Amino acid sequence: MLEFLSQPWPWYTSGIVIAFVMVLLLFFGKSFGVSANLRTICSACGAGNNVKFFDFDWRAQTWNLLFLVGSVIGGFVSAEFLSNGEIVQISQATIQDLSALGIAAPDDLQPEEIFSLEAAFTLKGFLILLLGGFAIGFGARYAGGCTSGHAISGLSNLQLPSLIAVVGFFIGGLITTWILLPLIF
Amino acid sequence: MRGLKFIIAGILFGIVMSKSEAISWFRIQEMFRFQSFHMYGIIGTAVVLGVIITYVIKKYKLRDYQGNPIVFTPKEMSIPRYLIGGTIFGLGWALTGACPGPMFVNIGYQYWAILIAVGGAIAGTYLYGAIKDRLPH
Repeated sequence: MLEFLSQPWPWYTSGIVIAFVMVLLLFFGKSFGVSANLRTICSACGAGNNVKFFDFDWRAQTWNLLFLVGSVIGGFVSAEFLSNGEIVQISQATIQDLSALGIAAPDDLQPEEIFSLEAAFTLKGFLILLLGGFAIGFGARYAGGCTSGHAISGLSNLQLPSLIAVVGFFIGGLITTWILLPLIF
Repeated sequence: MRGLKFIIAGILFGIVMSKSEAISWFRIQEMFRFQSFHMYGIIGTAVVLGVIITYVIKKYKLRDYQGNPIVFTPKEMSIPRYLIGGTIFGLGWALTGACPGPMFVNIGYQYWAILIAVGGAIAGTYLYGAIKDRLPH
C-alpha cells in the first residue's frame, strides 16, 4: 500500500482530491482560498495598526491558518514517508526548452538553479524568489484571490470575475515564461 | 479540538499537491509552455467536479455541518481589478513555480529557499493593503 502511494499520483487523483477538499471546507461552513491567509498573517503581525485593510478580526480566520499548517504537514509527510525519490517526469520538449535556458533536467521535484540554498543566496537567486513571491502576494490580493479562490472555487461557481482573473494569471505566466525567463537565465 | 478538521483537510491538500507534483516548478513551466496536459488535467478535473458539486449544493439547498445554509457570495464585477491583479499574480506564479498553497507545501517538503518567496508574498500583500485605494479596481 505504502509502496503504491509512494509513486507519483496521476493528475485526476489530484483534481478529485482538490474538489473534495473544497467541498469539505464548504460543509465546514468555510470557503477554499489559500491566499487570504497572507492577509491574515499581516493582520496577526499587527499591520492593522497602520493600514485599515488589515484592521479586521483575524482570529475568525484561524481555521484557514490551521489549514495552512496542515498543508505544511502534508508536504512533510509526502517528503518523508510517501516519496520513493522518483524524479518529476516532465515532457521531453520542456526539458529541451529549459536546457536552452541553462536549467538542467529534473533530478528531483524542483530545479537546483532556483531552489538549492546555494542558488537562493546569490543576489540573482534571492531576487527571483523574493520578487516572484512579492508579485504573488500583491497580485493575489489585488485580484481578490489566487488559484484556489479563483481558479477552483470561483470557476466552480461560474463566476465571470474569476474567469477574468484566471485569464490574467495566464497572461502573467506567459510573459514570465516566454519573455522574462530568457532575460533572467 | 474543533480546529483539527481543518488541519486534516490541509494535510490531505498538502499530500495530494506534492504527490501529483503540482508543487513542482518544472510542472508549472510545462503548463505555461503548453507541453503537457498534466496541470490542465488537475485544474480541469477539480473545476468540472466543483461545478457539479456547487450546482447540487445550490439546487438542493444543502446545509453545512452546523445546519447553516451553504452560501456562495457572488464576486463584484470589475475588469481592471481581476485582469491587472491576475496578471501580476501570474508573473510571480511562473517565476517561483508556486502559488500560495504549494508555497506552504514546499516548506513542509523542506525546500527552505521557498521561505524567501513566502516572505515576499507577505510583503506584497502588505504593500497592496497600504496602497489599495490608489489602484484601479
